[in-house]
Amino acid sequence: MAVPKRKMSRSNTRARRSQWKAKPVQLVECSNRACKAKKPQHVACPECGQYAGRQVVEPA
Amino acid sequence: MPTPTKGRRLGGSPSHERLMLANLATSLFEHGKITTTEAKARRVRPLAEKLITKAKRGDVHNRRQIMRTIRNKDVVHKLVEEIGPHFSDRNGGYVRITKTLPRKGDNAPMAVIELVAEKTVTSEAEKARGTKFAADEKPAEAESAESAESADSADSADSGDSADSADSADSPAAEAGEQADEQAESEKKDEA
Repeated sequence: MAVPKRKMSRSNTRARRSQWKAKPVQLVECSNRACKAKKPQHVACPECGQYAGRQVVEPA
Repeated sequence: MPTPTKGRRLGGSPSHERLMLANLATSLFEHGKITTTEAKARRVRPLAEKLITKAKRGDVHNRRQIMRTIRNKDVVHKLVEEIGPHFSDRNGGYVRITKTLPRKGDNAPMAVIELVAEKTVTSEAEKARGTKFAADEKPAEAESAESAESADSADSADSGDSADSADSADSPAAEAGEQADEQAESEKKDEA
């Protein structure tokens, strides 16, 4: 089995981990003109519960 | 080589997967609308549509074919007597999947899968006109002749129906429009 030859330095560990970045979630406005809440695309609106003019889920 | 199944495999074994899909389809036909994970919804849709196609035919053989999947006789009865005839003017596309927010807890992508309740645009238009396309004319010739005799009364009744259906179909958009108007009015007041 392959094993590390050297201990990885704190610097190298931290340099690698500095690339772990969170991106903001991309949101669009709800197509229901009465709602216009920000929501993920292609998903029933969690505020008004509508998708493409149809009531799909109960509003939160 | 047989074509592999499209989408995720469910459960731990083929029999487990068959049972899960059968239970999902049973729940869908029982309630008309269920919330589940997107992967399960995508797997159950082809099964449900094939069962509805069998239910539309509705003879004893097809009923037995449905019984192989759906073990609840009440649901089989509802499927053959209510759901099948409801889709008589729709050729496929009986089930709709709409994505919803991920589940709290494991962040699994969720979806609502439902039987399509609306009638097709072509069937609405044919109902309003009282006629059919030339391709569909032959079986309905007797009906069209009858409707031609009572053209006046049929026209008036149909026009009323079509107006009603159009209103009901556009209701969410109409509401949105009204609310938008209200907003515009309030803005005008603010300016004044």
